[in-house]
Amino acid sequence: MAEIIQEEKGKGGKKKAKKHPPHIDMTPMVDLMCLLITFFMLTTAFSKAKVMDIVLPEKIENPDQQNSPAVAKSRNVNIILGPDNRIFWYPGAVEPADYNNNIFPPLVELDYSATGIRKLLLEKNTTLARKIAEFNDKVIRGEIVLSQDSVAGSIKKLKNDDDTGPFVQIKAYKEATYGNFVDILDEMNICGIGRYMFVDIAWYEEKMVEIATGKTTVASAN
Amino acid sequence: MPKIKLPTKSPRIDMTPMVDTFAVILTFLMLTATMRQDEPANVDTPFSISEKPVPDFNTMTFLIAADGKVFMNMDNGPDTLLKFRPRILEEMGKRYGLEFTETEKREFEKFPSSMGVPIMQMKEFLAGRNAAERDPFQLGIPTDSLDNQLAMWILCARQVNPNIQAGIKGDAGTPFPAVKKVLDNLQEKKINRFMLVTSLEAAEINLEEIQQ
Repeated sequence: MAEIIQEEKGKGGKKKAKKHPPHIDMTPMVDLMCLLITFFMLTTAFSKAKVMDIVLPEKIENPDQQNSPAVAKSRNVNIILGPDNRIFWYPGAVEPADYNNNIFPPLVELDYSATGIRKLLLEKNTTLARKIAEFNDKVIRGEIVLSQDSVAGSIKKLKNDDDTGPFVQIKAYKEATYGNFVDILDEMNICGIGRYMFVDIAWYEEKMVEIATGKTTVASAN
Repeated sequence: MPKIKLPTKSPRIDMTPMVDTFAVILTFLMLTATMRQDEPANVDTPFSISEKPVPDFNTMTFLIAADGKVFMNMDNGPDTLLKFRPRILEEMGKRYGLEFTETEKREFEKFPSSMGVPIMQMKEFLAGRNAAERDPFQLGIPTDSLDNQLAMWILCARQVNPNIQAGIKGDAGTPFPAVKKVLDNLQEKKINRFMLVTSLEAAEINLEEIQQ
């Protein structure tokens, strides 16, 4: 439209210098910016890595002078990280009388999925997990107003006060990987386990893993 | 009949808004950029639900590669005047009878990523001018009981910076005994609290699942 009107005016005889706004060709600038953006996108570490805190039990220098804490065996859950991303568990504890006579309780195999280890832990930890979940729900719904720090603190207190949940002992077989270790600790956090610790694997437990994976049989262990 | 001549003008696209957007994105990226540092070993950290970010200061991070090599990195402290890194190197040198020059200390301070150089080759390593010259020295810190330089690094780091916290950054496929060795070394020095560096992952959990 504008062009046509201009031409009509031009016929009228009066010649006007066309006043175009000066056009700057921005293409090179855009090109350059594209390059820079690509460069920054590729080199920027966007998400900062996260950390998971873990406290390991202190090394006891003279174990003979220490009394092991009295723990109800029914609440004991032993989780063993096996080779090839396999995971096993057994309840209670193995008595010296048993393992000295080559009687090893069988291990139950689980997996790292939500239906494996998580199901077991949630079953054992029902009361506490429900308490934590309800607490979190209330915070989300705004029934309890707390700062982030006190939420973490309150959950910690719930865990400390709990006396129904399992005592989980995590042990790593020598062929386990670091990924397994982090996965299982993560699982503890997801299931809200109040009491868990990472301990060295005992020789009889290594044997139990070897039996479970078919490396040795009970007979050849004799 | 003369043809009607349409003015043949190349269509112009107004690029100004595009340039504006680009400029904004570029500015944002430049301001938020924290350069990704090249680590001496490629490490895929495992996932966890933890949302706590890595602290900026007072950390020493042990990088444990999938083949079991150990590398170490520490920060310079909350204030650059504290110069923790060169001081740790100096302390380390004292224990192995090495005297590091000012230039070498400055080179060590500037070195951006994890280091896994046996202390006896540190001077050659620091004399290297670029990554290609330095990389052959990145053999991993010796951890065997005869020559446990890792324990010494931990000791020196703690001596220089008593508030230092230990972080472990391992590959998901690192065999556990390699990690255990580092943990044992730290525990011998009475460090029982660790930070495991992980990537974030969402966890799905609901009340119904628990009540079943």
